[in-house]
Amino acid sequence: MSLRRPAKIQPENFEFTSSSLEAANKIVSKYPDGKQQSAVMALLYIAQRQNDNWIPLEAMKYIAKFLKMPYIKVYEVATFYTMYNLAPVGKHFIQVCTTTPCMIRGASKLVEACKEKISKNECELSSDKSCSWMEVECLGACVNAPMMQINDEYYEDLDKEKTIKILDQILRGETPKPGSYRGRINNEPENNRKTLMDFKNA
Amino acid sequence: MLKLKVNDIDVEVEEGLTVLQACEKAGVEIPRFCYHEKLSIAGNCRMCLVEMEKSPKPIASCAMPAAEGMNIKTNTEFVEKARKGVMEFLLANHPLDCPVCDQGGECDLQDQSMYYGVDKSRFKENKRLVPEKNMGPLIKTQMTRCIHCTRCVRFATEVAGVPELGAIGRGEDMQITTYLEQSMQSELSANVVDLCPVGALTSKPYVFEARPWELRKTETIDVMDAVGSNIRVDTYDWEVKRVLPIINEDINEEWISDKTRYACDGLLHQRLDTPFIKYNKKFEKASWAEVYKIIKSKIENTSKEKICGFVGDLINMETSYIFKEFFDRTLDIKNFESRSDNRFINTSKRENYIFNSSINGIEEADLIFLIGANPRYEATILNARIRKSYLNNNTKIYSLNESGDLTYPYKSLDGQTLTLKNIFDGAHDLSKNILNSKKPMIVLGESFLRLNNAEFLFNKIKDFLRKNDKFLEDWNPLNILSCDASSVGNFDLGLINKETDLLKDLKSNKFEIVYLVGQDNINFNKTDEFVIYQGSHGDKGAEIADIILPGAAYTEQDAHYTNLEGKIQKAYKASYPPGEAKEDWQIINEIAEYLNNRKLFNDKEELESSMFNYLNLQKEKQNKDYKYEFSGEFKNEKLKIDIKPYYFSNIIARCSKTMIECNNSKLNLKSTGTEG
Repeated sequence: MSLRRPAKIQPENFEFTSSSLEAANKIVSKYPDGKQQSAVMALLYIAQRQNDNWIPLEAMKYIAKFLKMPYIKVYEVATFYTMYNLAPVGKHFIQVCTTTPCMIRGASKLVEACKEKISKNECELSSDKSCSWMEVECLGACVNAPMMQINDEYYEDLDKEKTIKILDQILRGETPKPGSYRGRINNEPENNRKTLMDFKNA
Repeated sequence: MLKLKVNDIDVEVEEGLTVLQACEKAGVEIPRFCYHEKLSIAGNCRMCLVEMEKSPKPIASCAMPAAEGMNIKTNTEFVEKARKGVMEFLLANHPLDCPVCDQGGECDLQDQSMYYGVDKSRFKENKRLVPEKNMGPLIKTQMTRCIHCTRCVRFATEVAGVPELGAIGRGEDMQITTYLEQSMQSELSANVVDLCPVGALTSKPYVFEARPWELRKTETIDVMDAVGSNIRVDTYDWEVKRVLPIINEDINEEWISDKTRYACDGLLHQRLDTPFIKYNKKFEKASWAEVYKIIKSKIENTSKEKICGFVGDLINMETSYIFKEFFDRTLDIKNFESRSDNRFINTSKRENYIFNSSINGIEEADLIFLIGANPRYEATILNARIRKSYLNNNTKIYSLNESGDLTYPYKSLDGQTLTLKNIFDGAHDLSKNILNSKKPMIVLGESFLRLNNAEFLFNKIKDFLRKNDKFLEDWNPLNILSCDASSVGNFDLGLINKETDLLKDLKSNKFEIVYLVGQDNINFNKTDEFVIYQGSHGDKGAEIADIILPGAAYTEQDAHYTNLEGKIQKAYKASYPPGEAKEDWQIINEIAEYLNNRKLFNDKEELESSMFNYLNLQKEKQNKDYKYEFSGEFKNEKLKIDIKPYYFSNIIARCSKTMIECNNSKLNLKSTGTEG
């Protein structure tokens, strides 16, 4: 992981849409008077959602003015948390977990697949500009390692072939089925349940 | 009071102090990087770890509040091991470039690694690489040396009031930078150079100039503004290499303005180092004897009413005093003046021209009303105090004019003097606020004193405050914000002409001989006047002169200055005047000797004691009773705050290349390399 820099090409303006503004105001109103700055993280997330999954500098400025705080303070927060994207990402944003459990279970193969199918380097758009990928730290699905996240969905129990298949589907514009790719339900043991047999929905 | 033990020494400390402060009270020094007395506590360098009884882990003493019955140990093996560990981490990514680092010799990290450093590094990986940052023309960055103590970030946010510095990224990739690498828009910015405990932020104009142990250090007084900051001038032979602040809690605390610090390279350029005489509109070098002879014959052949003299804004009190004595005793005429504009001043009482509430008093004030003053540019250090007062006490601040960003929020009024009159007639919302406040401060700037109605309004304000009992035994709400280092001293010495308007006479060409001592701010159309200019730099005054007498700058003579709150301080000689130049008092003394065959004073001691006698006499003579004079008719006018360009406000700053660069960076001009 290295220092993430804001994108070179930046939009000139940024403003909350009415729905974002409503959401932002709702969050800001939760904080007592004079402590509105505490809402900065939530607002950055709203801005990221609104702006194709990345935060331009103008959005940081806009939020700083919105919360009456110095620009640099917003900039600090945005560069600190890796889940804020500071440069454009693809419409399909693929995050491959490479933290220890996934790494042991072969996450590097997933990275290879991404390199073959999408782009040579992290955070680069694919040739058709629809996808980008990056390595991330633990996404909390270690039981189903190795795994990756595409936009809001988890794809688990992968290997290189399965990853390529999923990526092909994505590149064709289809939506692959999320979840385990070894037929598991959620994070059940490999060959059926061993405990809590009496409960149907456990 | 809390009782605790530090290394088995019993200490008592007030509540609210930290363990580190308690240790200092017990005489135990704690190493630290991030902790600084004047800044908020961060607790992120971990160098100040100490052992506390019953705590399994060492504690960061700077962030731990002292508590009753604590038993602190600072000299155990446990503590040393902890500090050694911290130091090893700090040094893991710190480059080994002390030989080429400007901080070398005065570096906290260097000093402390002598005690806690390990001789071999166990860090086999590559060291961190951090690109240099652009922080303007004053601060050079070498961010690989940064240990992330965040002192600079806290200084910019808290003291300077320009939250432009921050730490971006995280973990190993954390970097200190300004927002999008713009230069810092503060007049206090270079204080981060002093604060930086390592060589990450160093002084750009001083880069590779000298090592600290090669420099001769002289503690003296600054003259760039009227605050009279205490400074240390470091010289290498004749050259003034740099200026640093020294601590004076009553005046500048620990900070100095960028102009104080960096105008010193103006002392090297455009200096007058030999007497000059103008023949056929060209200056030619001359000897002292020649120029004195010419001056003598000129003065002897001119009737004395046709002679006048002006002293400038950086002139010390000794020179002013001997200048006055020269006119009084040698020429026997009172045509001298220290102002270069027609601003109103009433010298009958000392409180009429000084900053009565005092700089420390700002922190006690509960309401500050700025009239015709922009303290950010006119007295930067004083402005930092106002900001401190705002932060600590939430002081209400008003300004008659809208004066841009003053680094603290304030309410501005419409800038009309009619509003001012209403306020001090008691017919304005603000009047009530002033009446309700316990310790109000009314700050009158020079722009206010230049108003046509200044006298009327001044008396009005004083009258209002007097009637409503705002003058207390320990509080005087009336404050005059002088801009120039010599102003108050000159008023104390009576270098002011009450009978005649010398400036008007000068402009209508009534004089034949004009003697300017360091005075470059007078604009008049020169016709047949014979102008004698005495000063340190060739500027506007020297241009129109017929004879130039090379004098000394403020670092080149022992002399006194009175700051805006009326505190008299001695400036010491750090260097000597260049070439044939002499100290200013000496030149005037010698001219007097040529004219009358008698020196005014035998030596400097005599001059000094005579001056102090005069000052003491004046103090006794002070007008005790108080009269209201509302002469003249009141006419509404617009008060315009007219301040000199900050980086060019005096002759030394105008000759400084660094100040030109600062000005350009403020205007966002790119240097082309052809400015010369």
